[in-house]
Amino acid sequence: MSEIPNNVVEFLWENAAAIGPQLHLIFWGSAILCLDFLVPRSNKRLFAGLSLIGLLMASVQLYSMWGSGPVSAFYDMVTVDSFSLFFNLLFLSSAALTITISYQYLEVEEEQRGEYYALILFATSGMMFMAGAIDLVSLFVGLELMSVSTYILVGFLRQQKRSNEAAMKYFLMGAFSTGIILYGMSLLYGLTGSTRLSVIADQLNHLEDTTLLGLSIFMMMAGLGFKIAVVPFHMWVPDAYEGAPTSITAFMSVAVKAAAFAVFLRVFHVAFGDWREIYIFAMVLIAMLTMTWGNLAALSQQNVKRLLAYSSISHAGYVLMGLIAGTDLGVRAAAIYLLAYTFMNLGVWAVVILLRRQDILGENLEDFNGLFFKQPVVAVLMLLFFLSLAGIPPLSGFIAKYFVFAAVIEVALNPEEPYSSLMIWLAVVGALNAVISLYYYLRFVVAMFLKKDQVPVPLNFSVGVVATLVITALVTLLMGVYPQPFINLAQAVGLPLI
Amino acid sequence: MGFFMENILSIVCFFPLVGVVLILFWPRGNGSDNAVKWIANIVSFLGFIISLPLIAQFNNPIYIDSTEMRFVVRKDWISAIGAQYSFGIDGISLLLILLTTLMGFISILSSWTAITERLREYYCYFLLLQVGMLGVFMALDFFLFYVFWEVMLVPMYFIIGVWGGPRKLYAAIKFFLYTLAGSVLLLLGILALYFHQHSVTGIWSFNILSFQELSIPIHLQIWIFLAFFVGFAIKVPMFPFHTWLPDAHVEAPTAGSVILAAILLKMGTYGFVRLSLPILPEATLHFLPYLLGLSVIGIIYGALVAMMQKDMKKLVAYSSVSHLGFCMLGIFIVTPVALEGGILQMINHGISTGALFLIVGILYERRHTRMISDFSGLSHVMPVYATIFLIMTMSSIGMPTLNGFIGEFMILQGVFADPTYRLWAVWGALGIVLGAAYMLWFYQRVMFGQIEQEENRILPDLNLREIATFVPLIILAFWIGLYPKTFLDYLHDPVNQIVDRVRPGEFSPLPAQTALRE
Repeated sequence: MSEIPNNVVEFLWENAAAIGPQLHLIFWGSAILCLDFLVPRSNKRLFAGLSLIGLLMASVQLYSMWGSGPVSAFYDMVTVDSFSLFFNLLFLSSAALTITISYQYLEVEEEQRGEYYALILFATSGMMFMAGAIDLVSLFVGLELMSVSTYILVGFLRQQKRSNEAAMKYFLMGAFSTGIILYGMSLLYGLTGSTRLSVIADQLNHLEDTTLLGLSIFMMMAGLGFKIAVVPFHMWVPDAYEGAPTSITAFMSVAVKAAAFAVFLRVFHVAFGDWREIYIFAMVLIAMLTMTWGNLAALSQQNVKRLLAYSSISHAGYVLMGLIAGTDLGVRAAAIYLLAYTFMNLGVWAVVILLRRQDILGENLEDFNGLFFKQPVVAVLMLLFFLSLAGIPPLSGFIAKYFVFAAVIEVALNPEEPYSSLMIWLAVVGALNAVISLYYYLRFVVAMFLKKDQVPVPLNFSVGVVATLVITALVTLLMGVYPQPFINLAQAVGLPLI
Repeated sequence: MGFFMENILSIVCFFPLVGVVLILFWPRGNGSDNAVKWIANIVSFLGFIISLPLIAQFNNPIYIDSTEMRFVVRKDWISAIGAQYSFGIDGISLLLILLTTLMGFISILSSWTAITERLREYYCYFLLLQVGMLGVFMALDFFLFYVFWEVMLVPMYFIIGVWGGPRKLYAAIKFFLYTLAGSVLLLLGILALYFHQHSVTGIWSFNILSFQELSIPIHLQIWIFLAFFVGFAIKVPMFPFHTWLPDAHVEAPTAGSVILAAILLKMGTYGFVRLSLPILPEATLHFLPYLLGLSVIGIIYGALVAMMQKDMKKLVAYSSVSHLGFCMLGIFIVTPVALEGGILQMINHGISTGALFLIVGILYERRHTRMISDFSGLSHVMPVYATIFLIMTMSSIGMPTLNGFIGEFMILQGVFADPTYRLWAVWGALGIVLGAAYMLWFYQRVMFGQIEQEENRILPDLNLREIATFVPLIILAFWIGLYPKTFLDYLHDPVNQIVDRVRPGEFSPLPAQTALRE
């Protein structure tokens, strides 16, 4: 560790550059909180604009950092590397798209408040700290910042029982899982005497007895497993996703999940990369269960939010495949999967939000009936998103699936790989799950294209939702037809993470 | 002209999209339905016309590259993984492409009065389907092949699901899920091949031709072969993966069944010929007895089940299973004559079964029933129909002078040329006998005797449009039957290459076209 600086201001000034985008978000979030009481109830959507400005400025800052080599700041607490930059971009775009689909929706729910936007910005900055954390302490702080903000957001519809219930469940489960992660971290600190990931990786090489290490790894796996919602730590997901405001459900299913994956990837790649034999079986089992159970449970759902909750569980299993491969290609595959998933899934949620109208919840599968005859463009876009989620080319979901399968098959064919047959089974289970998932996505297609609608209430269009649909559809299509630029974006992610 | 000929494959493949765009943006209102029909018909007809220069210029040395592929286009597509946008054809693909453009037009023409609702969508899906199918037959890059292979599932799903019969949803989803299950495993096989090639040669590429030159250890070949096999066998469909086919055929609208039988199923057989055999020769030989066994079971089983059907469409569907068993028998025995016969039989099946589905569709459109027992003595009221039906029945059961005979004869002759498996030809011959039995019985019940149902007395004979759909098929049936050399000439070279790859030196090659050219 370097010396204590003489000039604190100078020290802060030098290091703050590394967390510039986060600072922007925190500044704009706080500004919104300060201004909140000045703005009358009817004009609160102004804050949507403010928070978008904040996100834009953070993106500009991020853009100026793009391509810079790994820089670490605050005594190796956070780093700016290609990995964190990529994920930060992902978080910023999902936060921006969440806000654009939110403002009209909140009017319908009659919960238009300034805190909502501030909390999204805080949660996003927490995620960015998570992606950049190379120390267990900063990692944990980021995780908490994100989690606490999301707990509140899930319960944001204060008048609705199920929103309260969802928040309570999510909070209890989340707090519990945080505790477990913390326990794992403390064991790790006890074993190695450091909280810095690179030092931990180094110290672990001198370890003689791996029992405690195994315990610590499993604790971290279970805790982070709660956050990314893998089976068997997924019980809270359907309830939380159903009860939360739909826009927040969208946010959780993409950004929160991606943030937890960023941590998962970095910790397991950097700190536990040499200890695959301890956790590989458990991880493969979890991935298989996650994909299969998520899909099987989705088959029988009638509520769209629950159905999509299970579908998002199964997608986490696919991302996990990239992590299991543990190679550069694997990390890249996980990044590409999350990128594709973020946009196609946000598109789906944007359509669900369109269906939420005054007096109509729009959450049952029947609410999709005849959508094609009412709004052909929306129905076709929805078809696009669902086909992409099922992994049909030429859409982004196919490229994503291609990469995770490629990562696993590459490992399976490696002659020095001790677990190659395990990898082959993982790939086969993953492939067959794509077929199961298609079945329930097609239920939507049948409803939209083949059934007749009974309720002739127009959809709840707003500029924001339309913009989101256009952006997500463009990314989904472009990434499928010409994926090269998107792959380039994720290419650097596979580099060694320290 | 230069630009056109240099990019002819891309143009032929994506030309139907012109129709899609026109149909989507054509102003709505009175008479727009007719306009949509005309656009779809004209575009698909033009699609056929612009594919004709492929024959005319096929042997023009400017368009032949060192790999004996014609009209090759190669452009980088996803350079990060080495996937290329690359098209190119040989004789096998040529025949299938022409069959596709022709059948595409015929099936669109046949829908003129059959489809009355949601016309725009219907024709858009058909044209999109056309793009997917053509792409499969042209792709020289495995990744691109896979993309086209999957893309065509979506329009076909809608064609069955929206315009199909009473159990259309079940049939459509069964078709989609079944085929997808096969193709995701195919994807894993492709990936294994891809990484193996990289570990051997250090090249990241999906080039099908370079895969064909790879030597792959036998244990890996076996795994990849199994993955490919599931993908292709479901598509063909081979026994026991055929269960989706009768459902899809019965529920699909007439034109959908025609395309399904004539082209979609050929994608599976084409996959075996183009990919499984030349890329995985040792594994093919390893599995040979099982493959032949499944083919023969398919022939006999399909024929027996067809004989018992009460529904005409189901009968024709099961006859497909039987005929494709024949194709597969010819393909898997990998003797030059049988392989060539198997490929020719793919075309023959496309012509005769496609025509039979049209024939059934015409009765269905007039009577809205497909039960054989609802018809009898139709030859009294529909003489033209009876004639065409007879020709196609004969073509299907393999009567000499018609196309089916040439294909079946070559397959049997080729099987007999193999010293080990020559007696399997007996099973094939039995299949022909059964085929004659169920087809003739079918024809007899529907066409001969007295008219027993009053409604049938007033059935109108074929109109000009309907006759037009059959004319090209009848011409082709006779052409192949009387002078198959026109078609076989295109097949000699690729067949020799494949046989040489799988069973080198065992059989004397067919007279090469390259020699004939000089």
